[in-house]
Amino acid sequence: MTDLEGRMTGGETTPDGEGVALTGLPHSAAMGMRLVSTGKGEATLMLPYSEALVGDVATGVLGGGAITALLDTCCGTAVFVAGDKGIASTATLDLRIDYMRPATPGRAVQAHAECYRVTRSVAFVRAVAWTETRDRPVATASAAFILERKPEKEKTA
Amino acid sequence: MTEDGAHSDLLDDLSASIPYIRFLGLVFERRGDEITALMPYKPDLIGNPLLPALHGGATGAFLEITGVAQLLSDTALADAARGELPDDYAPAMPRPIDITFDYLRSGKPRDTYARAIVQRRGRRVANVRIEAWQDARGKLIAAAHGNFLLGAAG
Repeated sequence: MTDLEGRMTGGETTPDGEGVALTGLPHSAAMGMRLVSTGKGEATLMLPYSEALVGDVATGVLGGGAITALLDTCCGTAVFVAGDKGIASTATLDLRIDYMRPATPGRAVQAHAECYRVTRSVAFVRAVAWTETRDRPVATASAAFILERKPEKEKTA
Repeated sequence: MTEDGAHSDLLDDLSASIPYIRFLGLVFERRGDEITALMPYKPDLIGNPLLPALHGGATGAFLEITGVAQLLSDTALADAARGELPDDYAPAMPRPIDITFDYLRSGKPRDTYARAIVQRRGRRVANVRIEAWQDARGKLIAAAHGNFLLGAAG
């Protein structure tokens, strides 16, 4: 677990299955998001279905914004675990979401993000969210994150 | 009920009856045909407690819902102009097709405002730009532009 990953989950390690609450990110925690797993530059998150996040009462479908928040968090997490130890913090620069189909009511939304390029200043990420199977996406995302780097150590003489 | 009454109720209903809008705590105000949305600060909206800064997802959702509210209001005004709105008036919710969010400044832990500009409203699709700010209207913290599907057709 990286420093930043620990900061997101309050230091808890990721078990199998239901994942751990993102207690380090108050808004994500309030929504009930969970970190399921991470790999190098990859993150899987889950948003359990919740009545509080419904955007259309007639159908019970979650608000589009809830999917946006899940994908944004998932992309940010993938940047944290990209393996660049010089990254102190990161912020979303831009995020594009394509909404493919409504999230199935009553089902958790899964999201997977892949950070596929890290430069000195910017990280590029793509992500997908689904409720049934990953090849039937609810939404896809493409994002760029600006990186705040740790101060470089002074060179010794 | 007056036309304006049914129309005003629509926006109050939006904040009262949609759970996710209530979860975010959003409030809408109408001046003429322009909606201003308010996202009052609460600790639940924070994404980075160290700065602290609003969660980009909360800001994004706020922008998106402001676009939906403006489109709904426009629909209601147009329907009201054609005749009195029934008490159970409930136009179909516009649904986002795609949205791009630009994060311009860190969202401070304080109230945020947003307004939407409908750049083009066609029969099926509306293209909307939405801007969010805090202290000054000219200093945007985020902006978005996107396409919304109008009506019930999926």
